[in-house]
Amino acid sequence: MDDLSGSNVMADFVQFAMSGLTVGAVYALVALGFTLIYNASSVVNFAQGEFVMLGGMATVFLAALGLPIPLAALAAVAVAVVTGLLVHTLVIEPARGANAVTLIILTIGVSLVLRGAAPLVFDKQFHKLPGFSGEEPVSLLGALVQPQAFWVVGGTAVIVLALKVFLAHTLFGKAVLATAADRMAARLSGINTSVIVGFCFAMSAAIGAIAGILVTPITLTSYDVGVILSLKGFAAAVLGGIGNPLGAVAGGLLLGLLESFAAGYLSSTYKDAVAFAILIAVLIVMPGGLARVKHVERV
Amino acid sequence: MLEVHDLVSAYGRIEALHGVSLKVEAGEVVALVGANGAGKTTLLRAISGVQPIRRGSVTFAGQRIEALAAHRRVALGLAQVPEGRHVFKPLSVVDNLRLGAYRRGRAEAELSLGYVYDMFPVLKERRDQAAGALSGGQQQMLAMGRALMSRPKLLLLDEPSMGLAPLLVEQVFAVIRRLAAEGVTVLVVEQNAFAALQIADRGYVIETGRIALSGTGAALIAEPRVREAYLGL
Ligand SMILES: Nc1ncnc2c1ncn2[C@@H]1O[C@H](COP(=O)(O)OP(=O)(O)O)[C@@H](O)[C@H]1O
Ligand SMILES: [Mg+2]
Repeated sequence: MDDLSGSNVMADFVQFAMSGLTVGAVYALVALGFTLIYNASSVVNFAQGEFVMLGGMATVFLAALGLPIPLAALAAVAVAVVTGLLVHTLVIEPARGANAVTLIILTIGVSLVLRGAAPLVFDKQFHKLPGFSGEEPVSLLGALVQPQAFWVVGGTAVIVLALKVFLAHTLFGKAVLATAADRMAARLSGINTSVIVGFCFAMSAAIGAIAGILVTPITLTSYDVGVILSLKGFAAAVLGGIGNPLGAVAGGLLLGLLESFAAGYLSSTYKDAVAFAILIAVLIVMPGGLARVKHVERV
Repeated sequence: MLEVHDLVSAYGRIEALHGVSLKVEAGEVVALVGANGAGKTTLLRAISGVQPIRRGSVTFAGQRIEALAAHRRVALGLAQVPEGRHVFKPLSVVDNLRLGAYRRGRAEAELSLGYVYDMFPVLKERRDQAAGALSGGQQQMLAMGRALMSRPKLLLLDEPSMGLAPLLVEQVFAVIRRLAAEGVTVLVVEQNAFAALQIADRGYVIETGRIALSGTGAALIAEPRVREAYLGL
């Protein structure tokens, strides 16, 4: 009996940890996209979560039109990228030089517009995608894990790594870093920083959309999932030390884990409250976020 | 090479330049001197296109450029070493330099890299270090090297000797002389007015957003008003 309850404790822990990592990976990707745009332009993009919604919803509806799912997913990423570029060109670029608060209000406006338009283009139902590797749960240390969870966590790792390689090893990537480090000096070096910021919007939109596609088989999606994801992604970015890409990823994973454990061991009613309470506590103790190292590389 | 005409620029409602005109001929070294807050940095930034203007024109190499984006002006051969260096601190020295040649091909960038390393050997030694880890003087060398990577026809230098030890100040002026000898046209802003006017063919004195005086470097050094206000003589 003792042994059995011991393994139950273990199984519960793994179960909560895996679901925390899965949700946390999505927060991490939202926070990463958020950080990319923030570093290149100082814009706090509260429409970031809408890209996640777009990725999931567009894939569902394109698949419903008869496209094979991989193709539908690719097209959905393209839809998000075009949306990201439009947001940059039609909203952010014309407001260049506006103060930070104005820009935040603008991105909240964008988020409301996208959420308002989504039920017209899509619908108001919840939707699911089939798991990429089937729906049969895998046993892991006594816990039952959906195979899609590995897609989410693995996909996140691939994206973070690919971004790192791109930034560190291509001249264009270095121009992104240069723009983040010193926008005026970047312009004086002949870098078209508008193109860089537009590119960051496109990239963030793609990352968000991929997150949405990866996670929809697990969490389902609907027209209104973006708002809370924007908030959680922002919280994750702040938790990780705003402007620090690796911090954003760590912050996202941590937030997901905290939520999952709070829901599992306390009550799911309080999971959002607990997560944000811990966030507030961390920020009181460490105002710079978890990454207190100064002059970290900025995306 | 460069002709600025009746340039007006403002920060919000406060005008910092009230109609500045000046000229730099090809091959010249021109010094711009003036007190703190006179508008020197604003003027150089406006010429480079990173500071908005209200009125006036900027002609560079026979072409009106005041409506061009900053990166296009760099492509035309106009480079600036900004006040305070503004190196890309998290990036390595060599990446800073490569970014200076952002609008040129890889092969050309490699050639320029050799040229810049020859001029500033310390940058070659430190090429893989983060720019933020360099000393102030080395960062100034890096900022100059980065600007030279674009192979400029006209180089704008904003207080290149600010905050440097005397030996480094001497080195900075030696570099300006070398560039001038190589045919690069230079417009240099200096708080070190005496040294700047000494190496300059001509100079301008700017006071609260207006050009107050102009003349050859030697004539300005001899001018009583300049001697009293800027040379402390
Ligand atoms: N970012 C800014 N915002 C508002 N006013 C500024 C700003 N930068 C400079 N100024 C003002 O513009 C004037 C010219 O400044 P600047 O061009 O930096 O002078 P200088 O380089 O000759 O010291 C000064 O009165 C200064 O206070
Ligand atoms: Mg100045």
